[in-house]
Amino acid sequence: MTMSNMLLFPILIPLVFATILMVFPKNVRMQRIVAAAGTLFTLIASLFLLVKVNNDGVQAITLGSWPAPFGISMVSDLLSVLLVISSSLITLFVVLYSFPSIGIKREQSFYYPAVLFLMTGVNGAFTTGDIFNLFVFVEVLLMASYTLIVHGGEKPQLRESIKYLLVNIISSALFVAAVAFLYSVTGTLNMADLAVKIPQIESTGILTVIAVLFLVVFGFKAAIFPLYFWLPGSYHAPPMPILALFGALLTKVGVYAIMRTYTLFFVMNTGFTHELLGIVAILTILAGCVGALAYFDVKKIIIYNIIIAVGVILFGVSQLNEAGVQGSVFYLIHDMLIKAALFFLVGIIAVLFGTTDLRKMGGLIKTYPVLGWVYLIAAFGLAGIPPLSGFPGKLLIVQGGFEGPQFWGSLVILATSLIVLLSVVRIFIYAFWGNPVETMPVTKTVYRQMFVPTVILVSFTVVLGVGAEFFMPLISGAGEVLLNPALYIDAVLKE
Amino acid sequence: MRTNDVMLQTATKVVTFIILMFAVHIFFAGHYTPGGGFVGGLLTTSAIVLLMLAFDVKTVKKILPINYVIMTAVGLLIAIATAAASIIFDVPFFTHAYDYFDLPLFGKTSLHSAMLFDAGVYLVVVGVTMTIIQTIGEDE
Repeated sequence: MTMSNMLLFPILIPLVFATILMVFPKNVRMQRIVAAAGTLFTLIASLFLLVKVNNDGVQAITLGSWPAPFGISMVSDLLSVLLVISSSLITLFVVLYSFPSIGIKREQSFYYPAVLFLMTGVNGAFTTGDIFNLFVFVEVLLMASYTLIVHGGEKPQLRESIKYLLVNIISSALFVAAVAFLYSVTGTLNMADLAVKIPQIESTGILTVIAVLFLVVFGFKAAIFPLYFWLPGSYHAPPMPILALFGALLTKVGVYAIMRTYTLFFVMNTGFTHELLGIVAILTILAGCVGALAYFDVKKIIIYNIIIAVGVILFGVSQLNEAGVQGSVFYLIHDMLIKAALFFLVGIIAVLFGTTDLRKMGGLIKTYPVLGWVYLIAAFGLAGIPPLSGFPGKLLIVQGGFEGPQFWGSLVILATSLIVLLSVVRIFIYAFWGNPVETMPVTKTVYRQMFVPTVILVSFTVVLGVGAEFFMPLISGAGEVLLNPALYIDAVLKE
Repeated sequence: MRTNDVMLQTATKVVTFIILMFAVHIFFAGHYTPGGGFVGGLLTTSAIVLLMLAFDVKTVKKILPINYVIMTAVGLLIAIATAAASIIFDVPFFTHAYDYFDLPLFGKTSLHSAMLFDAGVYLVVVGVTMTIIQTIGEDE
């Protein structure tokens, strides 16, 4: 058995497990076991897929045995498989972190199926090679995220879910319109085929318009300036494990979609589109920095850091050179892991104090020293202090900016790294230093159940940073496919 | 005071079966003529909704004791299993198979595995729409 369908397993396994979980919603024990098993199997399948892609190059399959541009192609290159591994790993830890923190009531009303359907959508969006199929997978993950954002039905959740729904329905309608324009101009929806057809079209004006329309569509999903307005409110509403899942995965799908389309086929007028992307990325960083400094709410501070990271990653992509693209890939993976870890950590802090307001916290280092030092490591990792995981990616992005057309962007990224550091160290100073504030009674087992997955996730980010040398061949392989679309095209449209 | 809706109820008893038969017809016709799992499922739902209008939610629950959430899950599993059968034969996912069979009564008939996938779609559509209607209907 040659296993030509292997690249579909990270999508199929969560789908099957989510469906099975729908059958017995009230049995919490079984829900937990099956959900954890489903995410673990997905992670294992994606690791096998990484070995395969690393040994044999880009894997592609066209569903239904149809020839390539006519069926739906699924493509797994190093970038997509690395992202699938990251998302599977994070979902596994979110499921583990949910056991003590999400509450029995929520667990009994289809919480784990929704998480696994979200995972299906995310892994599918990372793997698809068809622009309309990307839309479908984005809808799969959005539907699951609608369920999760309102799950539990508290008042702020209901209010924010309406905004979240409205914004995403409008951006999805724009997505369909953008796909329709692209189809009417090129006559194809297969991404590899688009990459072949677009350079043959002489009138680049209409294609530039479509490229910008796609930037608007994916910008809504990825929360770039000025389309990020929905994110801080919406992400503040759901409970912490759901927030960690959203913060680590959802915006990254938008970022990935911009990376893919802006390296594979929207490269006919880089002077306009990529300069626009670079400028928007820098504005996104600045907008995120303002928010990250403005609030005394631990959730809000980390939420605005999501926006900053989106800007940093997209700036690297906009430079379209080796250093910039490799840096973006590294930073994207780092950011998924570190954001989940940070949300886990501030989740524990919020549970201990019974509030998310920094001004009501203090002195936690005396009672929970290990938590404090783990948080400090994660905060330094986020800011990009060597040898932690934020450093290599940002270094390459800054280098890409200096080599590319927008050197001033690199200066902004360097300067704003200090603001990122300040914003997260403020949490450390307020929550861990100062006079001890009375903490909520939390039993040892609950604390340990929340703390252990967090520490493991933080140590993964440390390994990613310290072992950057070991991961670099994979990252540069991913960057190579992005910079040489011919590798992608040949894998899909093989004769 | 409860109005006497004997006309509606009698008509429903006849019409429901006609709608259900039409739903089955539309479902099987999908491969060569307009129709398929989606409209077939919606038609089936409309027959059940008509029953709910003529009688009430409790009576319909008694004559059709179905858990529609599980029906949705079963439909999804059938659809996934049909598509995933290709994994066993090591051909690309979603590859379908068909052949001609000599069935008694029907004669030479083509049977296509896409129909199994459509059956999954049918169950999901009925399950989801009925879950929506039941949840809203039972809400106080």
